[in-house]
Amino acid sequence: MLLSGADILVNTLIEQGCEVVFGYPGGQILNVYDSLYLYQDKIRHVLTAHEQGAAHAADGYARATGKVGVVIATSGPGATNLVTGIANAYLDSIPMVAITGNVMTSQIGSDSFQEIDITGITLPITKHNYFVGAVEELADTVREAFRLAKSGRPGPVLIDVPKDIQIAKCEYTPAAPVPADEKFAAKEIRIQEAATCINAAERPFVYFGGGLIAAEAQEEMLRLADKIDAAIGCSMMGLSGIPTDHPRFLGMQGMHGHYASSMAMHHADCIIALGGRFNDRVTGNRAKFAKKAKIVHIDIDGSELSKTVPAAIGLRADIKLTLQKLLPLIEEKKQEAWQHTIRTFREEEKRFSDQREGMTPKNAISILNRHLGENTAVATDVGQHQMWAAQNLVFRKPRRFISSGGLGTMGFGLGAAIGSAIATGEKSVLITGDGSFGMCLNELATAVSSDTPVVILILNNGVLGMVRQWQTLFFDKHYSNTVLADRKTDFVALAKAFGADGVRVQTPEELEEALTKAFDQSHVFVIDCIIDKDEFVLPMLPPGGSMDDMIVKVGD
Amino acid sequence: MERYTIAVLVSNKFGVLNRVTSMFRRRQFNISALTVSETESADTSRITVTFDGEELKKQQLINQLYKLPDVCSIRELTTENSVSSELLLIKMQNDPATRDDIRTAADAFGAKTMDYSRDSIVYLLTAESRKIDDFIHLMLDYKILEICRTGIVSLEKGADTIRQVTNL
Repeated sequence: MLLSGADILVNTLIEQGCEVVFGYPGGQILNVYDSLYLYQDKIRHVLTAHEQGAAHAADGYARATGKVGVVIATSGPGATNLVTGIANAYLDSIPMVAITGNVMTSQIGSDSFQEIDITGITLPITKHNYFVGAVEELADTVREAFRLAKSGRPGPVLIDVPKDIQIAKCEYTPAAPVPADEKFAAKEIRIQEAATCINAAERPFVYFGGGLIAAEAQEEMLRLADKIDAAIGCSMMGLSGIPTDHPRFLGMQGMHGHYASSMAMHHADCIIALGGRFNDRVTGNRAKFAKKAKIVHIDIDGSELSKTVPAAIGLRADIKLTLQKLLPLIEEKKQEAWQHTIRTFREEEKRFSDQREGMTPKNAISILNRHLGENTAVATDVGQHQMWAAQNLVFRKPRRFISSGGLGTMGFGLGAAIGSAIATGEKSVLITGDGSFGMCLNELATAVSSDTPVVILILNNGVLGMVRQWQTLFFDKHYSNTVLADRKTDFVALAKAFGADGVRVQTPEELEEALTKAFDQSHVFVIDCIIDKDEFVLPMLPPGGSMDDMIVKVGD
Repeated sequence: MERYTIAVLVSNKFGVLNRVTSMFRRRQFNISALTVSETESADTSRITVTFDGEELKKQQLINQLYKLPDVCSIRELTTENSVSSELLLIKMQNDPATRDDIRTAADAFGAKTMDYSRDSIVYLLTAESRKIDDFIHLMLDYKILEICRTGIVSLEKGADTIRQVTNL
């Protein structure tokens, strides 16, 4: 059938299985919005308050479902407002397709109104991007973008569509959703080498990242860990990959990771790394990182192998298929001495752990845990609250921890919570801080208008807590521009102004009551939870430090 | 620091050179020479890049380049596995006192006179980069007015071609 470019674009999105798009209209994308109006019974559009919120919502939707998240914006400022959201998805390997309008092809390059070179701008933060020069290329470009976004290591792809291409007509033939590229296992001889290395281990440690969740290889990973009697830890991106209460699981390791998990990784003689990338938050000082360990690293992205720490065996391959071939070659073993060491680490961790009563961050998260269903997605912003959440949240299903890892984007959380609630069809939770929430709280309007039930827990300490923690430890308590108390923002009144509801709490009992209320009703609900400004995230590996430098208690 | 030359076979589309060189910029490699041209097929271009860097970072760069959808294949070119050539244009001051010496040197290197005027002579020399370096070094004894060189073009020795390499 003969359709306009805009209709072809929307039809291709529908044909590729896209049910929800997030976005914001504008002059150079108007034709696409006209098509969205026409096809509104087949594809839902969620209008956000700002394009950045739309990008984060598409990201949160993709994290919670594993599907490609789609965001639409106009040219110029609409497109540049997507940049942080696209970069965020890029650094966390989240499948996303971003569509931007642009000025007429004949005006490109003339600095016309709201014209910007968005393909140039997003070059280093997309897997690939396209400038569509002819309407005949449009449908296949969208299909190719979906294939790229979800194949191999997932990531964002941008398509820039000039206005005349949206108007021009051509023949459209529907097609089936494009599959992701075929997955492949590592070569047998390399798998054998990996098996030999793993079989020689006496202190095995499995470290996984977001790549394990993307590969859906949890079951194979757990079978491997059981067979070799390994301890398991993960990066922040790996959280929710396996149930938090799994007996082998020591939690997140790294800069603010669990003591036992970081120690086990440090003392292991073999680290089996699955879909993680040994980021500096994971390793600390690389020269001193896990010196006794041989690293077997499996990742779908070959450029991650030996990128920051040398791998004894590096396999560029799908984790699930490779583990399936690896498992029969692995000898079943019990490592009594290693398990004894792990128990010692766990006991030491207990000794350091925060046992205080009252309105501590840890207690706030523990109270929240009791209200979470196994399907509840929990999003966070970035800072101290994010680390307290990462350390203390209890997960039962994968894809339920929605947090900005690589880019560390303050302001990510609310958009992402909206996207993940729409994805799961259930109430989602946002854990945020007063600093982060202040960045993109305009998306409260989106949660209210789209009738998306989000429970927002602000751990409000009146300061930029993580920066303040660094200022306390490394900058002689010079609290330069990190005190927010002067803002006098009343978050409860603010919630009400946006048409949501809210309450301020100061004690665990009040928090319990507020959460019960929040989960009982269907409104957007803001809980302004007051905590002390000098709470620390512990333990902490100072930047560039090693395990020996770990700070486990304030005053260390 | 080592000097490397790689050939990158890419789709012949606008913006692809930018995608490839952007990767060098992001990894902070300075490109010392770059050539781009269409190949035996109109669908592909061949980019030859010479740069200085460390082995590990070079490997990282190649791995990252492989992830670009527009990159078809990459070949690292060494003196052992390839033949290479470069073209030099050099403009010398035409001074009666040095004219004969310059001409003798140019003849010895097989450089061709491209332009001759009262005040200047332009020579063309096509040779391996090292030989071009030697010639320029020799010319430093006289007054060089301007130099322009193309950067390396290089092909694998024997019947081997870049298209046979799909991964490193």
